[in-house]
Amino acid sequence: MNSSASFAAFVAFVRSHRAEMAALLGQHIVLVAAATAIAVAIGVPLGIFAAKRPRLAAPAMAIAGVVQTIPSLAMFGFLLPVPLVGGVGARAALVVLILYGLLPIVRTTIAGLRGIDPAIREAGVALGMTPRQLLRQVELPLALPSIVAGIRVAAVVGVGSATIAAAIGAGGLGEYIYRGLSMVDTTVILAGAVPAAILALVVDGTLLWIERQLSARRRSRSRRVALAAAAVIAAVILLSSGASARRGGRDALVVGSKNFTEQLVLGELVAQAIEGQGVRVDRRLNLGGTLICDRALMTGDIDVYVEYTGTALTAVFHQPIANDPSAVFNTVRELYARSGRTLLPPLGFNNTFAILVRGADARSRSLRSIDDAARESPRWRAGFGYEFVERPDGYRGLAKAYGLRFPDPPRVMDLTLSYRALAAGQVDLIAGDATAGLIKGLDLVQLEDTRHYFPPYDAAAVARAEILLRRPDVRSALERLSGRISAADMRAMNYAADVEHRDIAAIARDFLASR
Amino acid sequence: MPDPAIEFRSVSFARPERPRVLDHFSLTVETGDVVALVGRSGAGKSTLLKLINRLLEPDEGAILVDGRDTREWPPIELRRRVGYVLQEVGLFPHMSIADNVAVVPQLERWPRERIATRVDELLDLVGLPAQQFATRWPDELSGGQRQRVGVARALAVDPPLMLMDEPFGALDPMTRAELHREFRRIQERVRKTVIIVTHDMGEAFALADRVGVLDAGRLAAFDTPAKVAASSDGVVRRLLDALPQVPRA
Repeated sequence: MNSSASFAAFVAFVRSHRAEMAALLGQHIVLVAAATAIAVAIGVPLGIFAAKRPRLAAPAMAIAGVVQTIPSLAMFGFLLPVPLVGGVGARAALVVLILYGLLPIVRTTIAGLRGIDPAIREAGVALGMTPRQLLRQVELPLALPSIVAGIRVAAVVGVGSATIAAAIGAGGLGEYIYRGLSMVDTTVILAGAVPAAILALVVDGTLLWIERQLSARRRSRSRRVALAAAAVIAAVILLSSGASARRGGRDALVVGSKNFTEQLVLGELVAQAIEGQGVRVDRRLNLGGTLICDRALMTGDIDVYVEYTGTALTAVFHQPIANDPSAVFNTVRELYARSGRTLLPPLGFNNTFAILVRGADARSRSLRSIDDAARESPRWRAGFGYEFVERPDGYRGLAKAYGLRFPDPPRVMDLTLSYRALAAGQVDLIAGDATAGLIKGLDLVQLEDTRHYFPPYDAAAVARAEILLRRPDVRSALERLSGRISAADMRAMNYAADVEHRDIAAIARDFLASR
Repeated sequence: MPDPAIEFRSVSFARPERPRVLDHFSLTVETGDVVALVGRSGAGKSTLLKLINRLLEPDEGAILVDGRDTREWPPIELRRRVGYVLQEVGLFPHMSIADNVAVVPQLERWPRERIATRVDELLDLVGLPAQQFATRWPDELSGGQRQRVGVARALAVDPPLMLMDEPFGALDPMTRAELHREFRRIQERVRKTVIIVTHDMGEAFALADRVGVLDAGRLAAFDTPAKVAASSDGVVRRLLDALPQVPRA
């Protein structure tokens, strides 16, 4: 693809997604602004407190520094099981962003206060200022440019970190980045990354301007203008966040999904099916993995998402692998019921792991089953998603069952990137999804699991039992999807999303209309 | 007989881990006097001033301001009765000249009109016409002008007592001489009790009614300029000889 073509695609995408993009940008701004505002409200008093107590300042800064080095995705992981602040959604993202924002704000508050000429402070005391008056009239105004510099760093870092918050369903421009990654679509990634970068630059520039106005020549006029501008910006953001919070509403049903194409399509299907009953739906799509979805369903952050029976059995409930589809379904249904959740009847397709090779290889070496691949494995490189490497029904058992012997340990990579890596010849064998549209799009071949190593992965919606009891209309909407989506349907919808780059909401709408 | 403005009663003071700065130091300053305390750098001159407005407290002995121990004064009330001028001036860089002068009246919650009138009056008094200087900023002024603003700020609520810590130390000789004249002119009008500390014997003789000589934490001499200059006391003589600018008789 040449660069002008991809730029045209980008422009076309922006045009057709204007409203959604504006909403995501709005979420992003609100998230960062709220996190920064709270970080200021906590960090500045903390900095003032620490600046006067050197013995406290050093360890406080050390702790804040350590917090800062925790990668944000890991931080979201730590917070998942924590009550009140954890879980998924904007609240947990807010907590993480606040933690990141604190360090620069505390540090610059301390630096700003310590940097004040001692003669000026002494003059204030000698003139009969109380410690409070000294702080308000002398110390804080003089430290303000430094504090604003810290706020600027916090806000710009926040714009970046907030893209990762999409992994836990907080929304924002990260949605596009994750969606784009899962669809292997650069245009969609750019639709998230470019506005985020522009936002970071605008935030940086605006706060730098305010900082300059405050520090340069202390003209009370421009100072007042800068403070007024800052106040107006803050007020607008807070008002708009209040408005968007109200829009969310109490009785909306929350639909979740994991962060790959099929899950996004299924999330949309479930959401639109429920909306068809006149019920308002909040979408928390693109959650970062099975455990996050499961935890969110437990805590009530989401009400329903689509899970796969085999995944639930092994990854959620830590049960040994079983191979009989109906036995697995019944076991999982029973286990869910014990924790107040209901597994609805399967949707109709089995998304088992697919061991994939290039079509060209399959044809030239007549590869049909995984046994054939085992023969070739000493000359091959394998690439797997993180989940496949870790899961009990993943790589290790597979290697044992079929006697796979790769010369090097498998390369661990993003699941959706592994299709491209296989097609591009960077690896020779991957474990994909049986329903992946890219199998068709990239001319890949699925090898047969002749030894029945993989358990069944029948897709089925799982919902909080309480919701289904209270909302029979939701239950009937979900049941109407049962048995209606075949593997061919699913692969076609995935193909439409991944290869044809069609809008996922539209794909779901067309599918529901065709039934 | 009224209480003296300031009385040091056998005051000792030491910084942690350092030799004593004041050693059973006693001094009485009468109301309305201008007293100059002279000594080498490190002789404890600034410490002495900070003990008066309770930026520091004595290890032993007591300091009385208007007959009352500084430790019994509410510190804020005490400091607002005592004008304080530093060598570094310590003007607030984020406030205009007028706002700097208005700081203490603001703290005292004077009505706005009264503050404005007072600021104009003070700026005129220190030779910085309000029209020209009120809206300017500290970093736009020369060292001598800043020092005048510092004096105006210290005088704002008309405190009975003024403490001046090397107020003219950082200025060139011409400006210093000019400010000395200004000081005498202002003092004639406002009649404060003033304590100036300086290492410049010439300045002490030029400004003070009484001159004290600090040595080794004690007062080696305390008398009128003429008598101090004529003193035959060994310590004072040696100090006088060591200090620059001893005036010729």
